[in-house]
Amino acid sequence: MVATADTVRQVEDVTGKEYKYGFSTVLEMDMAPKGLNTDIIRFISAKKEEPEWLLEWRLKAYEQWLTMQDPDWAKVGYPPIDYQDLYYYAAPKNMDDGPKSLDEVDPELLRTYEKLGIPLKEQEILAGVVAVDAVFDSVSVATTYKKELHKHGIVFCSISEAVKDYPDLVRRYLGSVVPFADNYFACLNSAVFTDGSFVYIPKGVRCPMELSTYFRINAQNTGQFERTLIIAEEGSYVSYLEGCTAPQRDENQLHAAVVELVAMDDAEIKYSTVQDWYPGDENGKGGIYNFVTKRGVCRGKRSKISWTQVETGSAITWKYPSCILQGDDSVGEFYSVAITNNAQQADTGTKMIHIGKNTRSTIISKGISAGKADQTYRGLVRIGKRADGARNFTQCDSLLIGDKCGAHTVPYIESKNPTARLEHEATTSKISDDQMFYCQQRGLSAEDAVGLIVNGFCKEVMRELPMEFAVEAQKLIGISLEGSVG
Amino acid sequence: MALIEIKNLHAEVGGKPILKGIDLSIESGEVHAIMGPNGSGKSTLSYVLAGREGYEVTEGSVTFDGADLLEMDADERAVAGIFLAFQYPVELPGVTGMTFLKEAVNARRKAAGEGEIDAMQFLKMVRAKAKALGVTDEMLKRAVNVGFSGGEKKRNEILQMSVLEPKLCVLDETDSGLDIDALKVVSEGVNALRSQGRSMLVITHYQRLLEHIRPDRIHVLAQGKIQKTGGPELAHELEASGYADFAEAAA
Repeated sequence: MVATADTVRQVEDVTGKEYKYGFSTVLEMDMAPKGLNTDIIRFISAKKEEPEWLLEWRLKAYEQWLTMQDPDWAKVGYPPIDYQDLYYYAAPKNMDDGPKSLDEVDPELLRTYEKLGIPLKEQEILAGVVAVDAVFDSVSVATTYKKELHKHGIVFCSISEAVKDYPDLVRRYLGSVVPFADNYFACLNSAVFTDGSFVYIPKGVRCPMELSTYFRINAQNTGQFERTLIIAEEGSYVSYLEGCTAPQRDENQLHAAVVELVAMDDAEIKYSTVQDWYPGDENGKGGIYNFVTKRGVCRGKRSKISWTQVETGSAITWKYPSCILQGDDSVGEFYSVAITNNAQQADTGTKMIHIGKNTRSTIISKGISAGKADQTYRGLVRIGKRADGARNFTQCDSLLIGDKCGAHTVPYIESKNPTARLEHEATTSKISDDQMFYCQQRGLSAEDAVGLIVNGFCKEVMRELPMEFAVEAQKLIGISLEGSVG
Repeated sequence: MALIEIKNLHAEVGGKPILKGIDLSIESGEVHAIMGPNGSGKSTLSYVLAGREGYEVTEGSVTFDGADLLEMDADERAVAGIFLAFQYPVELPGVTGMTFLKEAVNARRKAAGEGEIDAMQFLKMVRAKAKALGVTDEMLKRAVNVGFSGGEKKRNEILQMSVLEPKLCVLDETDSGLDIDALKVVSEGVNALRSQGRSMLVITHYQRLLEHIRPDRIHVLAQGKIQKTGGPELAHELEASGYADFAEAAA
């Protein structure tokens, strides 16, 4: 089942209610003018009724950002972005601007939904025909899952709510993993972030359900500068799912999100992403720029952070989910499938920073390039002076489809400790004519054959995905490679 | 009516003519063998029938089960009932034998307008068939042909054939790389699939395979043409005299 469909059903089961169609409230258009300056930041902060310290933090970030330059080291190319030509606050989104019915939606998008087996009602949400809260009875959904989580003392809400309701936690951890001056896009995000998720798992609690952004009402329209903060206290566990397994209509071209994870002693955070934003057309027209900073710190002993990502969308991806392994015996993992087709570009990978003793990390990266797409794995493994007995295993495999695409592997390894053990394996291969013919001779269409072969290639990563995601992610791989052979 | 009727078939690979006028027809339930020296066009014939890209038909026709075979893509031919047991089965890293079989079965069901097969029922069916061929559960869990021995690969081909229940089985040098014990297991598997509704085209260089799989007819292919046709006894003649006569005759 589609993850979102599953969720809808879960919610339906617990609430015992039918979906509510149509609007019950009139959404008010609420927008700041185009451009970026201190007034806009003050406007955002005021709209969100933020405390003084947060406004100051934003303004400091903005000041810093003005002195910074767009990073140019990634192997991606795009025209300069005019930051004064963007809207930094437009919420909630006015549905009147969107398509009125599925008849007005790009038939290509609808065909994809059909292939994924997405129910009609959900197609409407994804295509932007109706708002999420037009389908859900938002109050009952919110209260149902919140009640369940509340029983365990778990907090799961928007970051704006968290600023109001849990100011101490937010103040303590916001920017503690990704400081505002970290990089150009993270700095921009710090100045203008509008929403995102906040998760707090108390000591010793194992979160009883996979937390998905979909659960959070209006998650769809959080805009282009999301900010997510997840804190797992001592001995706790949480699995967080980000994204949807169907491409979403999205008008924002630039997405610059920041995700921060903090794991204390013996805590574990599993963060899974399926990203399939609009990749642009065959010629590279349109599509999302996905410039994201994701980082987790294993602050406690024996803590563990695991990133799993399946990236099939966006015109340009610039993303390096990382782990700082500070606590002794802590563990970092990165499992990634990145697919680029047509004119897509991706420069993605991870950083594993070993600080504590006996810290371990695993990197499995599977890159698939088709059409005239270009893809780079860029990774850093750094072993600090005190990280006695640190270990890393890295495997980077690239698969090429056709002869016009590119795959590049750029691993950086820095070791300052002689007891560290590091392994790096890398392969590059192509789907052979023999493999295609073998599959087709058994009755598979060319498309299905590519899907099967690529899924086989990605297997080690796919099995790390939560069940809820895995089946759709498999289908998605096939769909995103459509037209790449034959 | 013949299940497959090949008329004056000419084909080339990379501009080089390989098949130069093949006439062959196989009735339903019959087993035919094609024997011939290396380079005679045996494997080319199997690829042309299966619809492999790069094997261009320049003349002639092939009618399969009443339909024009040459109009169909490779996957359509497979679904229509043509199965090629490969001389060199291909590795599919990360794709388990079970997944591969299920995809293949579902492709057929999809073409027939049926839903996907029930997973439990399928598992049972495959296991039963696998057992008969000495294919272990462990092999089904491994990636298709990856790290398989020559014998394991060939047994796996016959297992696929048995699960997919084709109308025409084309066995391309299935005996190559097999020791005598493995040859026996594979032959028994093939013989078990002989039935009234199923034809076979067994391609081989050597007579020894035909000791185990007794054909109804034997054709000698040399220089891209069928030079002689006869009963099972023809295999013994060839064993004694070799292919030299045919090579000369054609030249």
